[in-house]
Amino acid sequence: MDRFQLLKLENLNTSFKIMNSYYPAVDNITMDVFPNEVLAIVGESGCGKSALALSIMGLHNKERSLIKGHIYFQGTDLLSLSVSQLNKIRGKDIGMIFQDPLTALNPLMRVGQQIEESMNYHTSFSKKEKREKTLHLLEQVGIPDPRLTYNQFPHELSGGMRQRVVIAIAIACEPALVIADEPTTALDVTIQAQIMELLKTLQKKSNTGIILITHDLGVVSEMADRVAVMYAGQIVELSAVEQLFNNPLHPYTRSLLNSIPSSSSDDDRLHVIQGIVPSLQNIPRSGCRFSPRIPWIDASHHEDHPVMHEVESNHWVRCSCYKHFYFPNEKVGEK
Amino acid sequence: MAFLEVKDLKVYYPIRGGFFKRVIDYVKAVDGINIRLEQGETYGLVGESGCGKSTTGRALLKLTKTTSGQVLFNGTDLTSVSAHKMHELRKDIQMIFQDPYSSLNPKKRIVDIIAEPLRNYEHLSRKEENKVAREYMERVGLSSDSIYKYPHEFSGGQRQRIGIARALTLNPKLIVADEPVSALDVSVQAQVLNFMQDIQKEFNLTYLFISHDLGVIRHMCDRIGIMYQGRLVEEGLSRDIYENPQHIYTKRLISAIPNIDPAHREKQSAIRHQINDEYNKSYKNYFDNDGKAYQLKAISPTHFVALP
Repeated sequence: MDRFQLLKLENLNTSFKIMNSYYPAVDNITMDVFPNEVLAIVGESGCGKSALALSIMGLHNKERSLIKGHIYFQGTDLLSLSVSQLNKIRGKDIGMIFQDPLTALNPLMRVGQQIEESMNYHTSFSKKEKREKTLHLLEQVGIPDPRLTYNQFPHELSGGMRQRVVIAIAIACEPALVIADEPTTALDVTIQAQIMELLKTLQKKSNTGIILITHDLGVVSEMADRVAVMYAGQIVELSAVEQLFNNPLHPYTRSLLNSIPSSSSDDDRLHVIQGIVPSLQNIPRSGCRFSPRIPWIDASHHEDHPVMHEVESNHWVRCSCYKHFYFPNEKVGEK
Repeated sequence: MAFLEVKDLKVYYPIRGGFFKRVIDYVKAVDGINIRLEQGETYGLVGESGCGKSTTGRALLKLTKTTSGQVLFNGTDLTSVSAHKMHELRKDIQMIFQDPYSSLNPKKRIVDIIAEPLRNYEHLSRKEENKVAREYMERVGLSSDSIYKYPHEFSGGQRQRIGIARALTLNPKLIVADEPVSALDVSVQAQVLNFMQDIQKEFNLTYLFISHDLGVIRHMCDRIGIMYQGRLVEEGLSRDIYENPQHIYTKRLISAIPNIDPAHREKQSAIRHQINDEYNKSYKNYFDNDGKAYQLKAISPTHFVALP
């Protein structure tokens, strides 16, 4: 690849301490994010999506977690920086959009102040400049009356408006990378459509790279350029969005896609993935991690140490079991 | 006679203020809703947050006070029956709640949770209670040995199934399901939806399915009502609503559903823009001078739209 990577994760490993031993929630993740692309990370809850995002931001409790590997952001390894050096980067060059706009905002601070807060740290704007910039930001994220909203408190705004404010905070210092952790999950569909549109416009305008974390495959299909499917701390499939939806390969990806109530077919039964996402202590650390949930596939089809295979250009799949996978109600060899 | 008939249901919440905290205005959470349900069907109530869909569900069970209107359940008006009679009728109407984490008492064992409705109606011995609890645990696909566990020992999908088991113990006829899968992951959601369809066939249940997720509603429901600001703006069979939406609000809602095919991204966005323009331009035509939706009018035998 000739493009310059914005973010490069190398063998990233984030472990949490439970009863004096460490369990990796993010297990050896290697991936890149490029400028001007939306990389979606999909998976069920408990797959390590948010743990990955918080590792990049350095927001995990240092006492209880252990992060190994490398996170190169524009060439510098974030893990080698001190907290004060990191503080110069996060909030400025990396912005974060949180899931729940009500808890992400400070209820006691006016909206305007909250947006200006990051500018206080990262810029040397005068009071007037900050105010102007903030009003401009509020206008950019589609708030109808920026002057009014500037002086309002979060509780005076609706959910969609609050999420716009959260986005305004994230992009206040014109970051090169935005991490959006379930940005539309708490919102209604019509608002969700508006927020997705807004993120896309902002991205195109400023060449930002976005990491979009979500469990909603509909949002992925509308927003993402590339998709990483995560299961039990690992990436199991990584590809461009068209390839993933037209030719999903890994059993987990195919199961997920099959379990959505689709609006175009009226199939009676939805596919159910057997079992549950293993909890952190119970993740099988060897072999194919998804194998317990597809017991009808012969054990010999799984690799002992599953690695990512490049099946077509830029389409990666972990473990070779995908070649032999079929749904229980399909006939063998249909795919 | 319809199985359940809701006639001009209104739920207003007073806003108090001024001198002596007098009632100065009302929040019209539900403002004149008419719904008819036949036995064995699934009726979907859709709308965005704050449109009054949950309040409607709660009003049917008398979990919130109705301001006016009637709820006829097999011909009996629930809004005017005595407390004693209502106690009897509650056996037939049960509710499944949205959040499986807060709707199960964390201090109670599963057996106590599942048997609680029974304890209100039947005097069973401990042994019989355990037997019933085991039976329903198995029916919802959980191990019958886990009845002595506590809710925190189960995952989200399992908890939701415990909530469903609790709703089933009294052999209800009508189940009001208020966002039963909103808090769950897609794969778990699939499990719960499949299960709800199975028990519907088995017990001939009638569902009032409340949700904001249009994909789930389409999958589950025979008939759908779209709610906006406390009133129904469109009602019809699933294909009426999804393939031939007439009201501008419904159109906007349908166009906002994320398209699962990335190839249609541009097209979907174009449709959304077009409908948004139409919405901004003609919004007023669909609502009367007070901003209220009009009465529903039939445009086909099954399809009703609130048009002037």
